[in-house]
Amino acid sequence: MARTDETHLDDLRDEYADAENSSSGKGRRKRELASEMKPLEFLRYCWRQLTSMRTALFLLMLLAVAAVPGSTFPQENNDPSGVAQWEIDHPTAYPWVDRLQGFHVYSSVWFSAIYLLLFISLIGCVLPRVGVHWKSLRSRPPRTPARLNRLPEHREATVSVSPQEVLDAAHTVLRKRRFRSERRDGSLSAEKGHHRETGNLVFHLSLVGLLIAIASSSLFSYSGQRLVTVGGTTVGTTFDSFTGGTWTTIDDVPPFTLSLDSMDVSFEENQTSQIGQPRTFAAHVTLTDEPGAESRTETIAVNHPAKVGHTQISLSGNGYAPVLVVRDGQGNVVQDGPTAFLPQSANYDSTGVVKVPDAVDANGEAVQLGIRGVFLPTASSNADGTPVSSFPDALNPVLVANVWTGDLGLDDGVAQNVYTLDTTQMTQVVGDDGQAVALTMAPGDTVELPNGLGSVEFVGVERFASFDIRYTPGQTAALVFALLASAGLIASLFLPRRRVWVKAHSLDGATRVEVAGLARGNDAGLAEEVDGVLARLRESLGESVDEDPASSPPPPAVGDHEQPAHAPEEKP
Amino acid sequence: MTVDENLAQISNITLYGGMTAYLFSFIAYACDLAEGGKEIRSREQRRQAHASVGGTATLEKPASARRRRAAAVGTSLFVLATLLHLASVITRGVSVHRVPWGNMFEFALTGTLVVAVGYLVAVLRAHKAGLGGGRDARYLGTFVTGPILATLGIALRTFYVEAAQLVPALDSYWLIIHVFVAILATALSTLGFSATVLQLVQEKRDRVKAAGKRAGGVFMDALPGSVELERTAFRLNAVAFVMWTFTLIAGAVWAQVAWNRYWNWDSKEVWTFVIWVVYAAYLHARATRGWDGRRAAWLSVLGFACMLFNYLVVNIFFPGLHSYAGV
Repeated sequence: MARTDETHLDDLRDEYADAENSSSGKGRRKRELASEMKPLEFLRYCWRQLTSMRTALFLLMLLAVAAVPGSTFPQENNDPSGVAQWEIDHPTAYPWVDRLQGFHVYSSVWFSAIYLLLFISLIGCVLPRVGVHWKSLRSRPPRTPARLNRLPEHREATVSVSPQEVLDAAHTVLRKRRFRSERRDGSLSAEKGHHRETGNLVFHLSLVGLLIAIASSSLFSYSGQRLVTVGGTTVGTTFDSFTGGTWTTIDDVPPFTLSLDSMDVSFEENQTSQIGQPRTFAAHVTLTDEPGAESRTETIAVNHPAKVGHTQISLSGNGYAPVLVVRDGQGNVVQDGPTAFLPQSANYDSTGVVKVPDAVDANGEAVQLGIRGVFLPTASSNADGTPVSSFPDALNPVLVANVWTGDLGLDDGVAQNVYTLDTTQMTQVVGDDGQAVALTMAPGDTVELPNGLGSVEFVGVERFASFDIRYTPGQTAALVFALLASAGLIASLFLPRRRVWVKAHSLDGATRVEVAGLARGNDAGLAEEVDGVLARLRESLGESVDEDPASSPPPPAVGDHEQPAHAPEEKP
Repeated sequence: MTVDENLAQISNITLYGGMTAYLFSFIAYACDLAEGGKEIRSREQRRQAHASVGGTATLEKPASARRRRAAAVGTSLFVLATLLHLASVITRGVSVHRVPWGNMFEFALTGTLVVAVGYLVAVLRAHKAGLGGGRDARYLGTFVTGPILATLGIALRTFYVEAAQLVPALDSYWLIIHVFVAILATALSTLGFSATVLQLVQEKRDRVKAAGKRAGGVFMDALPGSVELERTAFRLNAVAFVMWTFTLIAGAVWAQVAWNRYWNWDSKEVWTFVIWVVYAAYLHARATRGWDGRRAAWLSVLGFACMLFNYLVVNIFFPGLHSYAGV
């Protein structure tokens, strides 16, 4: 924290006697100064401005402001459907926000510029201080002031042992209290709290490390999502969606096999005010790390991911997969199995689509069927009579669906969303009464389709689980740097910098001992420290010391709050 | 595990009791401040009377060393309130067999308890260090009981949810660490904010006085000066900043376990980051000439405002994984 405008100005000050003035916020003067400079000087001038504390402060505040739009606009990285929805809701504003990179704020040019400038400023400020600090760590404690009673804390006492013995004992006492102590003639000079600055430097450099760790993970990370129904199996080479890092592809995913054996899902059923709140989500899986390896059973639950090597598999969602059997006009089974329906509400009103591309009608002519439906795990009626789910568990499962015929659009090779039905080239199946066919089925029901299209049987319902498979290298490094930064922060905020001097001289056959303390900035614990040193000294000398009660000066004048800028001590 | 609804009921009743005690404590502390003001005013009048008759000035006791019966009553009531509050938090936790900070209501309930305990610790420490010299921390009493009452009132009115089990997403030991550190950080910045507001008022009064005018709010003379208040605020904010750093780190570690990635700029993550940066700016400002004192104080006020925004607005109105929109 103790970064001052001065530290890095030293080498420049000779060349620009009025550098101080120019940096004190007089913009007009600054510009004049800049225009008279030669290119190299101008560069140094810019560097000095960039690494100044004022600029760092400005960049910090700018960073805080720049981060805010990322929470007010949906972001591509964590809410792509939100972005799509925003485009629909705000058609005029969308292109502008998009042009300003408002949908990927944290990788935008302007956000990156701010944090990169901030980090350059940080490095430019901190690196020179490492050298200065290194020197100050090896320098000797300061000379003993001539008159200790002028210092803010001062105690005197009389002892019978020789001054030599007093100083020896004081040396040990100060060492024990973590002081660097050194003998001067007739006195001891001691200092502690150097690591306040060490902490400060460690904190700032760890932030640089943290940034590098995060950047490295964007090169080597990958993430994939996969939906698996109970009884189903997936392998590490197929994903519903996959995002690689700069240098990673799907081939870098370990070739694991994951079978979803069963799902434990439960919701609150008893406590009235909490009905329907989730209580358990757990997927029981069989994992095989690579082909031929021994398989193991694991439970992947919320807050309890599984690992394959360094790749982490977590449960990111769940829902229902109605099992439908579709027979075509000739009685052939053209569809048999579970289809995942995506939950749309807390009560799992779920929507989904079953596409049947290869059916024939009663006349043997090829036909494509599309079934678009809503699955209600606990069906009940809304106030206006529309069916709605009233509880998330499958207590009264009902499937409501429409049927379409025509071209599913699967043959033109364009990738399709499996959860939506493109009805532009399809017509809705209409019954004999001229009404659109609406299937409303409970498990076990079979409905005959009109026009000899066949039948649909709702066999039952399975659950599905969505898994998030992700590899984030550099996360351990990021954690280590974050913890280092915290340790540095604590040291830089709470380690007091104190100096203590002990003087001893003979006086009328006894020895007069003086202990005095000085702190950098304001330090409430200084008096206690000086008292402590004297008390320990007394103990180690093994005699009771008559402390002169009048030797304590009045408390220091209030008014000097901790202000590192006022105490540029580390300068040679 | 089922919820012990009897115990949850007891928790609510003790909370009402605690709030009543806080209310009377607030009144007593306010009386103390008013008395302090009265005393200072009458002392000034006496001094002027002395000066006019040309008598020798008698030694006056400093305002902070006077006997403060109202403050003593306020503190006793405050202790009672804190004990009831503590009982409420413990019974709430026991009734649901978990730590009592699983939703916004419980966060406010436990957070205000930490504020109360933090204030009592400050009073005790100041008392140990000697009552003289303006080191009596009870001057903060009104400014601690007020926000505690307001927070508990809002929490009961707006965020109240019945005692219940955790949803699976929160059922992790990281809840204990992450949220508790966040509670500590929030509580300490609340205390820091109180001290900062007093500091800014004192500075304003100093400026008015320096201009030769009469400053309003004479009772403020019984409080420490702006410099000491600034130092108190800094200590509180510095500890709060470290706590907030740990909140951020613990949150990232939990996110790695729960959501498979440690940082994804979820709206709550964004605001946690913004708060961290603003407080970092505050700490840097204190060390920058021209930015120390009042300007830095305003930065810490801004930081606290962001913290309130993060709790009250982001949780409820911003879509994201930390959403408590169901309160």
